[in-house]
Amino acid sequence: MQNPDDLLRARELELGEPVTPRVGSYALDEQDLLSAELTVDAVAGPSGGDVVSHGGMGRRILGVFVENKLAVVGVVLIVFFVLFCYVGPLVYHTNQTDAAAALNEPFNAPPGQGHPLGTDASGFDILGRLMYGGQVSLLVGFAAAAIASIFGALYGAISGFFGTWVDSFMMRVVDAFLSIPVLFLAIVLATVFRPSLTVFIFVIAFVSWLIPARLIRGEALSLRQREYVQAVRVMGGSRTRIVGRHIIPNSIGTIIVNATFNIADAILLLAALGFIGLGVPSPQTDWGSMLSNGVSYATDGYWWEIYPAGLCIVLVVVAFNFIGDALRDSLEVRLQTR
Amino acid sequence: MTGFLVRRLLQAVAVIIGVIAFMFILIHLIPGGEARAVLGPRAQPLAIENFDKANGLNLPLWDQFIHYLWNLATFNLGRSYIFNQTVNSLIGTALPKTLVLVGISTVFAAVIAIPLGVYQVVRRNKPEDYIITGFTFVLYAMPAFLLGTLLILWFAIEIPIFPTEAPQSQSIWGILADPRALVLPVITLSAITIASFSRYMRSSMMETMTEDFIRTARAKGAAPRRVLYIHGLRNAIIPIITLLGLSVGTIVSGAVITESVFNYPGMGLLAVNSAFREDIPTLLGVTFVVTIATIIGNLLADILYAVVDPRIRYAKS
Repeated sequence: MQNPDDLLRARELELGEPVTPRVGSYALDEQDLLSAELTVDAVAGPSGGDVVSHGGMGRRILGVFVENKLAVVGVVLIVFFVLFCYVGPLVYHTNQTDAAAALNEPFNAPPGQGHPLGTDASGFDILGRLMYGGQVSLLVGFAAAAIASIFGALYGAISGFFGTWVDSFMMRVVDAFLSIPVLFLAIVLATVFRPSLTVFIFVIAFVSWLIPARLIRGEALSLRQREYVQAVRVMGGSRTRIVGRHIIPNSIGTIIVNATFNIADAILLLAALGFIGLGVPSPQTDWGSMLSNGVSYATDGYWWEIYPAGLCIVLVVVAFNFIGDALRDSLEVRLQTR
Repeated sequence: MTGFLVRRLLQAVAVIIGVIAFMFILIHLIPGGEARAVLGPRAQPLAIENFDKANGLNLPLWDQFIHYLWNLATFNLGRSYIFNQTVNSLIGTALPKTLVLVGISTVFAAVIAIPLGVYQVVRRNKPEDYIITGFTFVLYAMPAFLLGTLLILWFAIEIPIFPTEAPQSQSIWGILADPRALVLPVITLSAITIASFSRYMRSSMMETMTEDFIRTARAKGAAPRRVLYIHGLRNAIIPIITLLGLSVGTIVSGAVITESVFNYPGMGLLAVNSAFREDIPTLLGVTFVVTIATIIGNLLADILYAVVDPRIRYAKS
């Protein structure tokens, strides 16, 4: 597991602010942004550290995967699941969309004869359903995280760069949304907008853009004080240019790290919504909805309707967290030592 | 300190108004408006018109918002047409149950996590430390809905020690009458909190133990135990207060999952059930109350933090 020394080192570099352990779940994001906000003044000051040469971002990211074994495990898992969900159905043909045809199959059949992982209550093949539901989970996770990160980063950069009342107002908006517990916000949105798959992506993006916005706003607050940003200003560079060419690119480490965690959180959130029965509409499915359906038969011992879907969720979420942790160690901490 | 209190209170009020504005906008975004949400998708135009008139929905938006604000300020959350009760009475029976579940789970989590974190620092980089670290990471990675499901499978069905669901009682006493039924929900809800609190406690304690005042305490010959508990723990535990305040939202979200896994009749289950039936007034009422609770939780934690730790110069920032 994670080396405790890394944690300590990371904390020292964060200048006295406690580092937040961040594996699994959407637990502690608030702490991240708390420290991001409190360290702003300290980070902005000049530091006479050693001269360290860094490769480009690509090389640094590559470096992470060479030195961090958990990150390698994470990448292998993600590659496996992407292949499983998107290439798998090309090899392993099953009917996952025609509910009427599925009625001809045995219901809740145990693994065996033609169905390696059995069938569910509607007669759908579980192994094929894992692939099909996984496509939804991965797609929603990636798309929602991408939208949330891009919008959140822009919002935060603008807020932090403009400062004054614009910043106060924009951040109170974020505060207001953040104070609504995530799952409640998601349930309210999912109920009011009766989501299709596309709407789902936006619902989850809507609850996920707040953390990146606050993080990047913290970065922007410190970046706008830097000499090179001042210099651009003096030379008459426009605000759009400063935000687009200087603030966003200089916060890219934070954005990427946060986006990785966001994917994990989005998949988890979709699974949670699916589990409580507010997932994507049938016959589409996702891993959370599959788990939920399986749980209805918990007393009957249909283990094949519970464990595989649960395992998929945990593995994918853990994999993204491994990658995020490694990226954070590499990008964020080293960017700060610059 | 007074300045900080006033500013922090004003901020909380601004956030609450923001939340209300959001909910107000949301109601107006519902396809067909509030009348449609309440009367159902097949309501007649005349019925909608009457409903609008009766509820002031034909007034200018601004008047409606003031009206809405006033209703919420007086905790008049409207009426559930699905359950045919006031939203207040629905929340009145559900809220105490959730408070019990969340309260017990949080205390349980703190009681487990804080000693765990301290123990890890005492045994740092030894096998015990790594084992506990691995254990907390597993807890982290386990979504509450999966953990709850597994607990039911293993400890309610395979080995039937605990009931599979909470007592379906109207009153809070019915819930408390069967403590055995609370065991699995409390474990499910506290798992993530235990994981995060103990990780945090460990790193906070680790940092505190490198402080100068710890070295001073050691130098003047204080017993190791005294250094650990009186000098170390008392300082390391302060940030946990902030963590607790910030975790309110996460714990409440976890309660939604836990309550639906164990069919525990609290606020989370009420939210889920009203979402199924598209009972918008109830859903928004529950969300509003839960959000206010979260905001108050954050506020209390911030104030407590400033009170407990004189080093924090809130007034300056």
